[in-house]
Amino acid sequence: MKHILFLLVTLFMSQTVMAGAVDDALAEYAGGKLKFDAKRGETLWNKTHTGKDGDRRCTSCHNKDNKQAGKHAKSGKSIEPMAPSVNSKRYTDLKKINKWFKRNCKWTVGRECTDQEKGDILTYLSTQ
Amino acid sequence: MKKQIFLLLTGTALLLTGLPTVHASENEGYGSWLFSLSRKKEIEPVTDKVYNEECGSCHMPYQPGLLPEASWQKLLTAKALENHFGENAELENKTRQHVLDIAVKNSADKSYRKRSKKIMRSLDDNAAPLRITEVPYIMNKHEDVIADYIKTKKVKSLSFCSECHMRAKQGIYDDDTVRIPGEK
Repeated sequence: MKHILFLLVTLFMSQTVMAGAVDDALAEYAGGKLKFDAKRGETLWNKTHTGKDGDRRCTSCHNKDNKQAGKHAKSGKSIEPMAPSVNSKRYTDLKKINKWFKRNCKWTVGRECTDQEKGDILTYLSTQ
Repeated sequence: MKKQIFLLLTGTALLLTGLPTVHASENEGYGSWLFSLSRKKEIEPVTDKVYNEECGSCHMPYQPGLLPEASWQKLLTAKALENHFGENAELENKTRQHVLDIAVKNSADKSYRKRSKKIMRSLDDNAAPLRITEVPYIMNKHEDVIADYIKTKKVKSLSFCSECHMRAKQGIYDDDTVRIPGEK
């Protein structure tokens, strides 16, 4: 009995460790209130935002195909694929997730994204 | 007397040849620069992981030795990074301070490297160019390149060092390591 309990606890712990940064980020954005939807995230990901600098979208730099590398619109530097199924380094660091949401939402949308938007986008991307 | 002069000369010669090997292990400072046989011509490469990752996630992490301290002080304020040549490149304050410290410590005016010295010599006193491509030394060096390749759009702009300078990431910009895309 003790052994089974130990096994269960270990299993549970390894699960939470595996889930890591994505769950942490989603919990942070949800704040116990919001629900996220991958479909909404996908729509937002592909949306065009027209501002004073012309048309901008997430895929101005990230590849339209999430499993392919993108290209920085200005510097031309290669940007690793967004889909964790082909790039296991994606969404493993909460600090990085927040850093890039902040910067890139400002560039693309012209303001910081809301918790709802970030949660939807991350729900969509992290399951690609 | 002749023997004494001979001894003195051999002694001096021994000292001079011996010193470079003694000092070669020291990487920093005027001493190692003075006594180094290679004279450390090229730009000091950056080994700092945070600098390379933060600056290198969007473009080549340009070596601090390409601009004077005054330039880095202007480029790397929190306000300036919010609009970094049209891009948002803001950093968490602690990280930004670290990147700035590395840049200042290795800036062209603090470097003993020959190419950094040439950059400094080409600039007016207190000049703080925001772009490496505005440094007179670098503009002069690329006069022909601008006419032949940039204006004809074979290379997008002078900012893409590593397009032609094959070892730019290591701080090496000499003629021998240049290869222009599409040229033999």
